[in-house]
Amino acid sequence: MTGWNREQMAARLAQDIPDGSCVNLGIGMPELVARFVPEGREFIYHTENGLLGMGPPPPPGEEDPELINAGKKPVTVVPGACFFDHTDSFTMIRGGHIDVCVLGAMQVSSTGDLANWSTGAPDAIPAVGGAMDLVAGVKTIFVISRHVTKTGAPKLVERCSYPLTGPRVVTRVFTDLAVIDIGPDGFQLVELAPGVPLKEVIEKTDAPLGHP
Amino acid sequence: MVDKRVGSAAEAVSVIEDGQVVLISGFGSAGSPVELVHALIDQGTRDLVVVNNNTGNGQVGLAALIANGQVRKMVCSYPRSTFSKVFPDLYRAGKIELELVPQGTLAERLRAGAAGIPAFYTPTAVGTPLAGGKEVREFDGREYVMERGLKADIALVRCDTADHRGNLTYNKTARNFGPVMCMAAKTTLVQAREVLPPGEIHPEHVITPGIFVDRLVEISDPVQESQLIADERSYP
Repeated sequence: MTGWNREQMAARLAQDIPDGSCVNLGIGMPELVARFVPEGREFIYHTENGLLGMGPPPPPGEEDPELINAGKKPVTVVPGACFFDHTDSFTMIRGGHIDVCVLGAMQVSSTGDLANWSTGAPDAIPAVGGAMDLVAGVKTIFVISRHVTKTGAPKLVERCSYPLTGPRVVTRVFTDLAVIDIGPDGFQLVELAPGVPLKEVIEKTDAPLGHP
Repeated sequence: MVDKRVGSAAEAVSVIEDGQVVLISGFGSAGSPVELVHALIDQGTRDLVVVNNNTGNGQVGLAALIANGQVRKMVCSYPRSTFSKVFPDLYRAGKIELELVPQGTLAERLRAGAAGIPAFYTPTAVGTPLAGGKEVREFDGREYVMERGLKADIALVRCDTADHRGNLTYNKTARNFGPVMCMAAKTTLVQAREVLPPGEIHPEHVITPGIFVDRLVEISDPVQESQLIADERSYP
């Protein structure tokens, strides 16, 4: 087994979040990042349904239906947390007050376009939530995602074929194979996962990959 | 003496008429004014345009209102739900309209509507299908899409405590869209867990000023929508 598993991807991503950051984690794999805060750092978690200072899930039996996260799962609060309404919450997001947002992806383009809300299929129920607000407003957008889809199709592409969440918004991508930046000249390799040959990452990336 | 209390949820919703735009508070199940929505189902008012972040859960509350054929159109950010097939089935069958709005744009449209602002520019959704057909304008080298303020006839909101004048407090993340929806409707109907005499809520602790509230009903032991869903209940 080469490359990073889901937990290792999340742990690797957490290394790149500065101490003291206000962080919004998307639903799914991004939520794993909260389990890997590096020693000596503190992150303050924002959830767009009105809480800054979100803590881990409560023990079974202590769930409060009026204390949930954006994924509508029960959470807790840490000391110093605060509640607010949706306009304040999205002022934080849209006004550039949140430092880092971690999102999943269906596709990322070499110019940093993100597609993660709809396949555009005619029978799909379109649902966007807060994703378009997050990519438009948060300074640093990290994507955590498998390098290829379940059927092996590259997710890092020259141009997204799915409808965009936002154009030119992604900062850095963390996959099971590598860490890749969106640079002025497109995808730029930052780091290979242990045991992964450069050739494999180049083959599974559907756009030119700059590398040292 | 200003006293906005009414005797029942049925009396509160009796002002709602066919064809009106109705804001319903809540994010998923948290903050959902279930008793008011059920009173609206009992009343049978039809052809409504409903604004909510989602489209309801299970077979209760907003999902039951939709299932009962009372909603012509939903305005929301996230119409999918793990717990409800009501909206998706009707949408696929072409029996209900959908206006999909990014969540922050939805909140800001309500805030603008409440504040008398007819339109505003935001970078959210630029370059995506949700900006289709809307004016795009450049400010300081960045593109922004014009969105319209959203005003409504009615808001149905759940809060925690209220006083007779309509000052409100909320509980944790059940606050969500409640305060901005109170402000964005011509007539705001609120269900409170506890209604207190004036002065019992400290002025510094008021979240929604009473000026934004028209009718109050005390529902002292409100059902949690999430519990109704866990119990597989349906309404009526």
